[in-house]
Amino acid sequence: MKHTKKNAVEKFNLIRDIKKNKLLYLFMIPVIVYFIIFHYVPMAGIVVAFEKYFPRKGIFGSQWVWFKNFENFFKGAYAGRVIKNTIIISVLEIVFSFPAPIIFALLLNEVKNAKFKKVVQTVSYMPHFISSVVFCGLVADFCSSRGFITDFIVMLGGTRQSLIGNADYFRTIYTISGIWQTVGYGSIIYMAALSGVDKELYEAAMLDGANRLQQTWHVTLPGIANTIVMLFILRMGSFLTVGSEKLLLLYAPSTYEVADVISTYVYRKGILDADFGYSTAVNLFNSVINTALLILTNKISRKVSDMSLF
Amino acid sequence: MEYIKKSPSRVIFEIINTIFLVLVTICFLLPMWHVICCSFSDPQKLNINFGAVLWPLGTPTLSGYEMLGNNTALWKAYGNTLLYVAAGTSFSMILTTIGGYCLSRKCFGLRKALTLFLSFTMLFDGGLIPTYMVVKALGFVQTRWAVIIPGGVSVMNLIIMRTSFEQVPSALEEAARIDGANDFQILWRIFLPLTKATTAVIALFYAVAKWNSWFHPSIYLSGKRDLYPLQLILKEVLINSSITDMVSSSDDFMVSQAKILIKYVVIVVATLPILCIYPFVQKYFTKGVMIGAVKG
Repeated sequence: MKHTKKNAVEKFNLIRDIKKNKLLYLFMIPVIVYFIIFHYVPMAGIVVAFEKYFPRKGIFGSQWVWFKNFENFFKGAYAGRVIKNTIIISVLEIVFSFPAPIIFALLLNEVKNAKFKKVVQTVSYMPHFISSVVFCGLVADFCSSRGFITDFIVMLGGTRQSLIGNADYFRTIYTISGIWQTVGYGSIIYMAALSGVDKELYEAAMLDGANRLQQTWHVTLPGIANTIVMLFILRMGSFLTVGSEKLLLLYAPSTYEVADVISTYVYRKGILDADFGYSTAVNLFNSVINTALLILTNKISRKVSDMSLF
Repeated sequence: MEYIKKSPSRVIFEIINTIFLVLVTICFLLPMWHVICCSFSDPQKLNINFGAVLWPLGTPTLSGYEMLGNNTALWKAYGNTLLYVAAGTSFSMILTTIGGYCLSRKCFGLRKALTLFLSFTMLFDGGLIPTYMVVKALGFVQTRWAVIIPGGVSVMNLIIMRTSFEQVPSALEEAARIDGANDFQILWRIFLPLTKATTAVIALFYAVAKWNSWFHPSIYLSGKRDLYPLQLILKEVLINSSITDMVSSSDDFMVSQAKILIKYVVIVVATLPILCIYPFVQKYFTKGVMIGAVKG
């Protein structure tokens, strides 16, 4: 993108630079080739979103239809459902899953026994290393009509049924299991930020008569605010991208109504139905909104709190 | 701060906090413990069991493991996964280290421009179908290459690598240059040994991602059963509940009896290796995560 322009301006310098750093340029070639092939060429491939694409006719032979694919999506029966589900699941994640590692890190930070802390941390990382297939297999098994979570709920007075196949519970299970999987590993960055908070600030706050809760509020949280804001901006950048892998593995026709999101729809249309143009169009809509939200959040954050990612 | 006497409310908080964290830890451990205990259980008892299994049901038995032991499909998939992890991680590490090295060189004229060139792909990408079309055009679909090469370089990891190289004192590099070392020797002999911890963590990240990846192989290898990695076989067993391919026993009754047992055994076999490795490298996680968080 930008660098080609720069190349032209500094052509004279570039040749000198190549002579000076021959080996570096040689090293960089495979990396650049890799990114062109697997990132920039696909970006150019987005043009199929504006075509009625037929594999046999190819990108250049297929008929150019402008915004027809987008129109079909928004007028179709599924647009409302998948957009609504995507937003609901994403909001659930931001409200519950995003703060969970922060709270976990704050609680862990209050533990004075180093050994206990270490054990809890190590164990909490474990779910992160379980593959999504095994993870979803476990969720499906535990929430099946004979699973141990269902059993626990029966013990508390619920009825015995397949929880995962029930549309009413799907999102709850998805959110809670997501927290289980990410809370420990997600807390690493906050633990690191917490260890960087100046100890003298606590002592100063104590001299001013602040109790522990006030210390947390006035010293600890501002100390890690930067990290929280940064991760929040990043999270907003993938607002419309909710874990398609997990959903693909967990949903079933009985729960499509609440679990079908944009990315799973893109997968079904593109890979299963091989409707490349349409699927790419839906995905492009998704990417554009994500990028816009990332830039917008970044901008708001820079204005309001003077913190930004770029 | 220890000399200040703890207030009663502080003591109560600490007790509740400890209890809470113990409960959380149990929540993390319980599912895996349940799976391990189930995998050693008596298949008949397991079939009629409801609820958590905290100790193997019946006499602990290895029958599930024995049934899988002579299953060629599973071992083939295991072999494929090991191959993908080894080849994929090597490929990823080569590009990530050389890329990180080049971008860490202050004398490199295109440093800023190329960093932007790579970072832009984090902001915006072609998406599922255009990427699939490229992989198909390269002739990778339904070959091992499709699992090894696409998705091989993570910009995040490359930037972590770059930042950790930047922290190597430049005096070391200058001394090596005076001795006549070129960039390759400097990278291999000085930078990599000095950044062992970061390199190990990034290699672990790549290896775990490859070991656990299911989505890409499922798209690119569909139909090619002998190239399937472990996760695709697992998906059939765990999500589709089909074990016909898994157990090559002549006794149909025994197979149907062991269906649930087999599920737990494959989870253990496929997950334990990773769960045994990460605790040894975890002290470096913080480093990896924090360096990556530094503004690009």
